[in-house]
Amino acid sequence: MPLTEVAQFGISYLQVLDDKGNLDVNLEPRLGNDELIRLYRAMLLAREADQRMLKLQRQGRLGTFAPCTGQEAAVCGPTLAMSPKDWFVGSFRELGGRLMRGESLAQTFLYYGGYEEGNTLPASARTLPVAVPVGSQMPHAVGIAYAVKHRGEKATAVVVFFGDGATSEGDFHEALNFASVWQAPVVFICQNNHWAISVPRNKQSHSRTLAQKAVAYDMPGIQVDGNDALAMYRATREALDRAYAGKGPTLIEAITYRLMMHTTADDPKKYRSEDEVKLWWERDPIARFRRYLEGKGIWNGTMQAELENEIGNAVEAAVKEFEGRTGFKPDTPFDHVFGAPYQAIEKERAEFLARLHGRKGAGDG
Amino acid sequence: MAKRNMVQALNLALDQEMKRDDRVVVLGEDVGVDGGVFRVTDGLYDKYGGSRVIDTPLAEAAILGSAIGMALAGLRPVAEIQFSGFSYLISAQLECHASRYRSRSQGVWTVPLVVRMPYGGGVRALEHHSESREATFAHFPGVKVVIPSDPRNARALLAAAIRDPDPVIFMEPTRSYRAFREEVPDEEEAMEIGKAQVVQEGTDLTLIAWGAMMRPALQAATEVLEARGAKVEVIDLLTISPLDASTVVSSVERTGRCVVVQEAPRSFGVASEIIATINDHALLSLEAPVRRVTNYDVVTPYFGRELLFMPDAERIRRAVEETLDY
Repeated sequence: MPLTEVAQFGISYLQVLDDKGNLDVNLEPRLGNDELIRLYRAMLLAREADQRMLKLQRQGRLGTFAPCTGQEAAVCGPTLAMSPKDWFVGSFRELGGRLMRGESLAQTFLYYGGYEEGNTLPASARTLPVAVPVGSQMPHAVGIAYAVKHRGEKATAVVVFFGDGATSEGDFHEALNFASVWQAPVVFICQNNHWAISVPRNKQSHSRTLAQKAVAYDMPGIQVDGNDALAMYRATREALDRAYAGKGPTLIEAITYRLMMHTTADDPKKYRSEDEVKLWWERDPIARFRRYLEGKGIWNGTMQAELENEIGNAVEAAVKEFEGRTGFKPDTPFDHVFGAPYQAIEKERAEFLARLHGRKGAGDG
Repeated sequence: MAKRNMVQALNLALDQEMKRDDRVVVLGEDVGVDGGVFRVTDGLYDKYGGSRVIDTPLAEAAILGSAIGMALAGLRPVAEIQFSGFSYLISAQLECHASRYRSRSQGVWTVPLVVRMPYGGGVRALEHHSESREATFAHFPGVKVVIPSDPRNARALLAAAIRDPDPVIFMEPTRSYRAFREEVPDEEEAMEIGKAQVVQEGTDLTLIAWGAMMRPALQAATEVLEARGAKVEVIDLLTISPLDASTVVSSVERTGRCVVVQEAPRSFGVASEIIATINDHALLSLEAPVRRVTNYDVVTPYFGRELLFMPDAERIRRAVEETLDY
């Protein structure tokens, strides 16, 4: 018997605005000036916050964090496409998106300053806290999407972010499979920033694209210029509309680049070339988007100076708020082990507090 | 009132909880059309439909991972892991997320879910179907571990676990699934999690057990009473974590002697924790060292030899008598 072809697949690449500033007007999303400027501000705020956080970290005023510089478009573009009813499930490199969802910078600093109190957006914001173990948040997104579909909630979906390294994890594959089987309203956004700490993309996966991993689960997969905020917006908008229409999940591979270190605990000079980094600085998503706004005639140098000034003040105020917050209740961790108090844990709390207050006879056990 | 075995009692709990709360969903491998390999979810698919009784793909980590998402979004998932031997794949989701969302978010996000799993030996099963790893789960702060021992408390504890605001690992002793029947009231019944139960009062020694070890423990207590008139107080732990230290301690303070029975290997187990708790709070009441009757620190043997390794009434009785005679 001759072999017969039973299925055929292809992967497309989407770009709306290239790094030279050329715009495909047919693909240009219809966004109001306010929305475009909101997107621009979010990206710039994330960049500025990142740079300030690095300084704070180096001065010992903040703990380890994962900078997002270079990846602002890959997160802020999709977040602009989301409605407040959509769920935002992030990993640890989505600062701009989190700020757009209502997190305050002072909260962010508090989180990276070592306090759970930084993670207290109300549940109504539908934005989950940072998930550190790579890929582990992906099945949560699928479960949320199952609940959304089960309850028949209209125009609601879940957007989950993760990196190229996560595509090697079992959680990635299990999440895509469950989402596909359940036809759950999820948009999977892979920020392929080319590096999982020191391991390059080509050692992470032999697949030509990461988007093609969608093929195995029979869901749409698309590669997008992740430094093109318009393309990221457009791809997410289309994926969300499909999800709202009951047409299931989508995988978006955002081609982007981590311009800084994985976290403040590593030195990228050890594993990648300066030339490569320089090349990607030329593709800076923020500079590109600014040229687009200027080309549209809705942005100029004065506005830029005003925005930079406003953002600088906002970041400074957030640092002040964060550092002014003291007097954390030491025994808070005992409050949140379970939803109700248990004797064994309350006994330990009493022992802990007695030790802190230096009561005579207070010791361990 | 009807006589039910543990499988039927668990099924009753699931049915009643699904009826009273439409947020409750059941998910796992073969839990739907097939009704579960042990039939615990039998009939629920026909009654509540495939959207609430979900046959999932075969991936334990994503069963818990997606259940976490469902719980975050306001459902009350009851996940089944087909055998506890396959539960290690859920460990990352349990440790990294289920146990932590409440603390991580200062109470904003909670994960009210139940993970049911059959566990334990004595049923002549294949490799990976006979372990007793409750101590592993009990070591995760933020997770409750519950083990019923009979049909009535199985129903009442499962109902409580489903209503609980936190993740509960609910371990069902496979050996007790169909071993006996007892009266289980038709009316809803829930027991408080975090409480051990004195199932038989006594003055001479405290005998502590849980799960499938309760029946040999009770048998040993009866034999000791018949042989020498010693009155053994028997405690059914029911909740492994958080441990009900006060029931254990107040009993040992009265009896002065204690034996703990544990189906799991000896070292680093729940029995050790109980003995440490007794040392902390009742050491001066002790008339004899606290004894453990346990499995050995070996890889779980295949079923040809398993009964040689598991605690039984004979071993328990001997430990009780030696402790009484100390």
